[in-house]
Amino acid sequence: MSKITDTREAVMVGRRTDGSLVRRPLSPHLQAYDMMQMTSALSITHRITGTLWSIGMVFLVWWLVAAAAGEASFNAAQWFFGSFIGVIGLMGLTAVAWYHTLAGIRHLYWDSGRGFDLPTTYLTGRAVLIGTAALTALTWLIMLITWI
Amino acid sequence: MAAPTIRSLRSPLGRVRGMGSAKGGTHHWWMQRVTSMALLPLTIWLVFALARMPDASWLEVTIWIGRPFNAVLLLSFLAAAFHHMAGGLQEVIEDYVRGDLAKVGSLMALKAACFLLWLSATLAVLRIAV
Repeated sequence: MSKITDTREAVMVGRRTDGSLVRRPLSPHLQAYDMMQMTSALSITHRITGTLWSIGMVFLVWWLVAAAAGEASFNAAQWFFGSFIGVIGLMGLTAVAWYHTLAGIRHLYWDSGRGFDLPTTYLTGRAVLIGTAALTALTWLIMLITWI
Repeated sequence: MAAPTIRSLRSPLGRVRGMGSAKGGTHHWWMQRVTSMALLPLTIWLVFALARMPDASWLEVTIWIGRPFNAVLLLSFLAAAFHHMAGGLQEVIEDYVRGDLAKVGSLMALKAACFLLWLSATLAVLRIAV
């Protein structure tokens, strides 16, 4: 076992059945784990984006119900989505939706029992980030081309 | 010959079923996977469909929603998405909300909100389409 350089590592030390010391891995809890690593940062981002997508679902329900209620209420909803706050919000939700979708594919890949080694984890993590940026840009390019 | 020692109050059948204190086994976990796989194509379809109608009028939008193909996919998306959303937010509440009263209360409020939102959107699509 290597020398401990960080006092927080003391909580990770355990004993094997033969009595020898072992440094045990820890789940990412906030006091003892660097949450700014790509692995843990992308993990909590998946949960945050999933929660934020609920707001997008409320917007979708509003849009559909307004369309069913009639032209006046639909125009009011469209006015909000076309306003400055509406556009910024929808842009954010587009990125949120693509991130959660791509990170979800990454989770399904993990569920198949593959991709757990560190190089692959970093590779798929970067792919999720680049893919989110690319798909968000593509979505808004399509929207702007239709708009203009 | 010594009789086998019973070290647990749980029955052998209960242990084999592996439900534990969560009572649901892997059902919740599995349903999140099933709905996520259903949502994958539906989300890609919906996002790009919505991206192509930023300045659509009420008439254009209601005609689009009213087409059987779009209506069926919308209804499927709403069902899968609200199931997945209820399951996901349930995990967040179970992890972070402390105290049984607050936890059970917010879980019930979550399920009620998801059900009402799903029903409203579904009714809206059906009203336009039918």
